[in-house]
Amino acid sequence: MRLPCPLCGDRDRREFFYQGAAVTLDRPARDAGDAAWNDYLHNRDNPAGETRDLWHHEAGCGAWIVVHRNTVTHEVYGAELAQKAKA
Amino acid sequence: MVKLIAKSPCMGLLPKTIGAVDLTEVEPALITLIAPFAGQTKAVSAALKDALGVSFPAPNRAVGTGARAVWVGMGQALLMGANCPDLKGAACIDQSDAWAIVRIDGVDTSAVLARLTPLDVRDSQFKRGHTARTLVGHMTASITRLGVHSFEVMVMRSMAGTLVHELEQAAENMAARATA
Ligand SMILES: [Zn+2]
Repeated sequence: MRLPCPLCGDRDRREFFYQGAAVTLDRPARDAGDAAWNDYLHNRDNPAGETRDLWHHEAGCGAWIVVHRNTVTHEVYGAELAQKAKA
Repeated sequence: MVKLIAKSPCMGLLPKTIGAVDLTEVEPALITLIAPFAGQTKAVSAALKDALGVSFPAPNRAVGTGARAVWVGMGQALLMGANCPDLKGAACIDQSDAWAIVRIDGVDTSAVLARLTPLDVRDSQFKRGHTARTLVGHMTASITRLGVHSFEVMVMRSMAGTLVHELEQAAENMAARATA
């Protein structure tokens, strides 16, 4: 698998560290309540199909990126810098 | 008083010639990491251009000849071979002793590197002035193309021995195939 780093271009998967679903970018407010925080910290969907994941280009430019891909077809649709991404 | 001896990262390991490949250590007297603060890249680039004639490099690019600036990651570049001017809009960190730098020359160089890195180093994809952060074996490295048959590979200083060993091994394998 190759991932399209917005800075470096298409790179081998072994250059990247996988963090998990990009929902972590959508941090609840401090006073959002236990349910919202529990959901944010612990509950994840396990979709067959399209996902948005956070990856770290650790053996590359060091950027965190959000990769939009499909776990069924293995198609990679694109990626953007996490600092510019909307959750 | 203890007398301290200055040692370069690859002292005792290089230079070496293996088949058609020459490995030599590069020792810029000074290496400064420059990391512009948010929104300051343009101003920092202009200040660098004024002081040294090199601008802050775009991602995946290396610029300059005497004073050189090599992109080494998101918002970061290494200034080599010159004193870092006073830059208001950037963090500037002396890394002169942090890097081991090896220059590889010879007709087989891209084939040797292709054995060690997932990066596409072919001439059509990776031209002179191109640079990349990638892997060399298990090490994170910076690879820059200096010319048709010349590359520069940088790793953290603690990995100098491993880098030289990996390059030697790959060059020996290439040479063995050539004579087989
Ligand atoms: Zn990258």
